[in-house]
Amino acid sequence: MITLQHMLTLSAVLFSLSIAGIFLNRKNVILLLMCIELMLLAVNFSFVSFSRFLGDLDGQVFVFFVLTVAAAESAIGLAILVVLFRERRSINVEDLDTMKG
Amino acid sequence: MIVQVLFYVFSAILLAAALGVIVARNPVYSALALVLAFFSSAALWLLIEAEFLAIVLVLVYVGAVMVLFLFVVMMLDINVEEIKRGFIRYAWLGWLTAFLVIAQMTAVFAVRGFGIDTAVGVAPQPADHSNTRELGEVLYTTYVYPFELAAMVLLVAIIAAISLTMRRRPGLKPQDVAKQVAVRREDRVRLVKGVGAKSDAPKGEVP
Amino acid sequence: MNPNVLLAIPLLPLLAAILAGLAGKWIGRTGAHVVTIAAVGASFVLSAQIAWQLINGEVGVYNDTVYTWLVSDGIRMEVGFLVDQLSVLMMCVVTFVSLCVHIYTIGYMHEDPGYQRFFSYISLFTFAMLMLVMSNNFLQLFFGWEAVGVVSYLLIGFWYTKPSAIFANMKAFLVNRVGDFGFVLGIAGVVYYTGSLDYRDAFAAAPAVAAAQFALSDTWSVSAITLICICLFIGAMGKSAQVPLHVWLPDSMEGPTPISALIHAATMVTAGIFMVARFSPLFEHSEAALSFVLVVGATTALFMGFLGIVNNDIKRVVAYSTLSQLGYMTVALGASAYGAAIFHLMTHAFFKALLFLAAGSVIIGMHHEQDMRKMGGLARVMPITAATCWIGALALIGTPFLSGFYSKDFIIEAVHESERWGAGYAYWCVLIGVFVTAFYTFRMVFMTFHGAPRWAQAEHDHDDHGHHGHGGTPHESPWVVTLPLVLLAIPSIVIGYLTVQPVLFGGYFAGAIVVLERNDVLAELASHFHDPASFALAAVGHPPLWLALGGVVSAWYLFLKNPAAAERLGAAFGPIRKLLDNKYYFDWFNENVLAAGSRRLGQVFWKAGDQTLIDGALVNGSANLIGALSGVVRRIQTGYLYSYAFWMMIGLAGLLAWFLVFA
Repeated sequence: MITLQHMLTLSAVLFSLSIAGIFLNRKNVILLLMCIELMLLAVNFSFVSFSRFLGDLDGQVFVFFVLTVAAAESAIGLAILVVLFRERRSINVEDLDTMKG
Repeated sequence: MIVQVLFYVFSAILLAAALGVIVARNPVYSALALVLAFFSSAALWLLIEAEFLAIVLVLVYVGAVMVLFLFVVMMLDINVEEIKRGFIRYAWLGWLTAFLVIAQMTAVFAVRGFGIDTAVGVAPQPADHSNTRELGEVLYTTYVYPFELAAMVLLVAIIAAISLTMRRRPGLKPQDVAKQVAVRREDRVRLVKGVGAKSDAPKGEVP
Repeated sequence: MNPNVLLAIPLLPLLAAILAGLAGKWIGRTGAHVVTIAAVGASFVLSAQIAWQLINGEVGVYNDTVYTWLVSDGIRMEVGFLVDQLSVLMMCVVTFVSLCVHIYTIGYMHEDPGYQRFFSYISLFTFAMLMLVMSNNFLQLFFGWEAVGVVSYLLIGFWYTKPSAIFANMKAFLVNRVGDFGFVLGIAGVVYYTGSLDYRDAFAAAPAVAAAQFALSDTWSVSAITLICICLFIGAMGKSAQVPLHVWLPDSMEGPTPISALIHAATMVTAGIFMVARFSPLFEHSEAALSFVLVVGATTALFMGFLGIVNNDIKRVVAYSTLSQLGYMTVALGASAYGAAIFHLMTHAFFKALLFLAAGSVIIGMHHEQDMRKMGGLARVMPITAATCWIGALALIGTPFLSGFYSKDFIIEAVHESERWGAGYAYWCVLIGVFVTAFYTFRMVFMTFHGAPRWAQAEHDHDDHGHHGHGGTPHESPWVVTLPLVLLAIPSIVIGYLTVQPVLFGGYFAGAIVVLERNDVLAELASHFHDPASFALAAVGHPPLWLALGGVVSAWYLFLKNPAAAERLGAAFGPIRKLLDNKYYFDWFNENVLAAGSRRLGQVFWKAGDQTLIDGALVNGSANLIGALSGVVRRIQTGYLYSYAFWMMIGLAGLLAWFLVFA
């Protein structure tokens, strides 16, 4: 029998892995975006689990919206990436420091 | 029992895929591992009877977003070696933070609990229960405005993505339909005096 | 009285000033003086006509508003005229002296390139002075007060390429600011206590104000009326050059002589006297303020006279004489003999303007030489100037039957009668002042017009060294210069004799000047006075005449008969002479203590307050602090995505920790 505990543990591990991924792949913007997707997946895991185990449908509705926004985000993020690569011939994060204070 | 076994199997695949995403040297492999992770997540969601979202996850993520990722990764000529330099340097910090977060999350739940009994399983739905129908009823009534808003967000994302990536190359000669439609006879036709025309023809007369 | 006629009196000179000033190039030199003289002449004729009608009772006193500028919180700011016996007298004096000076200027400024500008200024001055004396409210008085100050500033610095002239006009300006500060406070006090700028309302409320106390602190308060009157009188001290605000007047002699006569002798400097007389309903209620006036006036009268003795610049001697005479007027005000003060103001305007114009004539004749040590014996070459100057000098020292005699004698008598605190001191001051006046006046007359002609000697030296040629010989001035001298000499002789009876004892100022019965010294004098002739004859029995005679004789002995004695006397009183030569060190004090102290204080505020505290610590300091903090914070702002992600993680960890510990 799958319990809430199982699902939440899985979600937390997934989340931590994606955090670790951000640190490990800190130079590659595409991988950063992927890690963010992974992170959103972990969050969605929690939402779905709570929704099912607490018998409240709102959690799933929320996941639906998160998916929508995540799709939009990755579409725009990748578009920016393409433009960026066109301008600089690189997506190395270390080359992108125009926001430096 | 079989459910539990399936859960562990899919969980193992999911975590392995996630690990693959973050450690793969080639971004293409990462993307493919991410696809795998999404697939196993969908399977896990099916296990806890969230059918609609499981299918949406496959359709939207695997079908659209990940294809987009793969497309971009392959389109851009990325120097993998350069990107991967310094991978090891901050790895310990990454693992440390990950461990810290997971410890904290566990601790939060263990200490506070929020009045939720996490040890209970979920009651299986009856055979004729439709998760999609249930969700649809909520989505088109209570959440109809956020739903519309989500549609707007997607529209904006489409337009933004197009306008960001579109570029005009100098050599291109595209059609301008508006100009074609708006053209007038006087702009195109010019009457010139032919070689045989008489020079003493009255002024202003069109031959 | 027709308000249009009243408006025309000040506005005609204003119009002429604008014409001569702005269209000066276009109307030319002749045009400028014709326009201004015609305007001032018309003003004089109208003023004289109004005076005649008023004195003969054909018209009543005019006191009305002609224009309301603005009304703010019940305080009306208006242009209005109060034409009574006091102002009509001032109007006549101002326009007459101004007319004479206008005519005289034709000759005096003949060669000056700023001819039109000069006429524009003096006409503008006439306008401003008329606005001042005709005013029926404090605001318009203040306007006229400042306007005459501006014109005075412009005229002292008329020769603006001369550094000393610029220094002098700046000095006059600054010293007058000190006085005006008091004046403005006084006006503010009047508005505070009476709620009105109008003379009528303010004077009506005077007894009530006299009862009020102004609290300086919880335990210490002063009488409101005393405070107001002293503040107003400080204004008068600035304008009428009373000690210690007198320092600008001698320096103002840097300006052309006609304006020294018009502004710095006859009219503007008497504005303070006029003002106190006008405000007699207020001053009468404050014994303390009047005592203050008395003491300041007496000090000025005597000690400024001393300075006239040692000065060698002919114009400055006359200037110190003016200071001294202004002191006499102030003494009269302090003794509540306002009528006597105004009477002396009038007679003094004539004979002092005469003396100044005569001095100017001498200066023209000497080709702009002002040092009396280089003159002498000029009576033979400049007979008209010498004769008129003698008349002016005799009038000034108080020769019986001449105008100065009546006015000055009554001031001395009034002070003698007065029982006010300080009257004893003032009496001795004015009495000794008579001797001093006679001494320096005739020292000037003898050094300039009599004795050996020292200019011939100087001229000889000049010829040996340079190419000065023939132009250096003194000569009599043209008729435009001598005509005003003669015109002014006539009133200098007769005006006192003719008007003393009605003006002082005939109740002329009955409506215009208020004197409380307990203070009315002139009323007591009236009992001794029968007619001007017998009064003049009776002077033989009074000390002033003999003091004046003594002064003249001493001057004659020391400067004509035996000049060596003067040298010995000067040597014997070395320290005193040094004190006088340095003008009691007032200028030294002002420049080295007040000005230098202010500069040093400013330096301190600039360095410590502005540069260090405000610029350094506050303005740049806050910027530097933010900059330093930002320098720390910007290290976090690396610009790399992953560091932002890292900070987000840190935030997440922190949030979870907060959940663990607190929530």
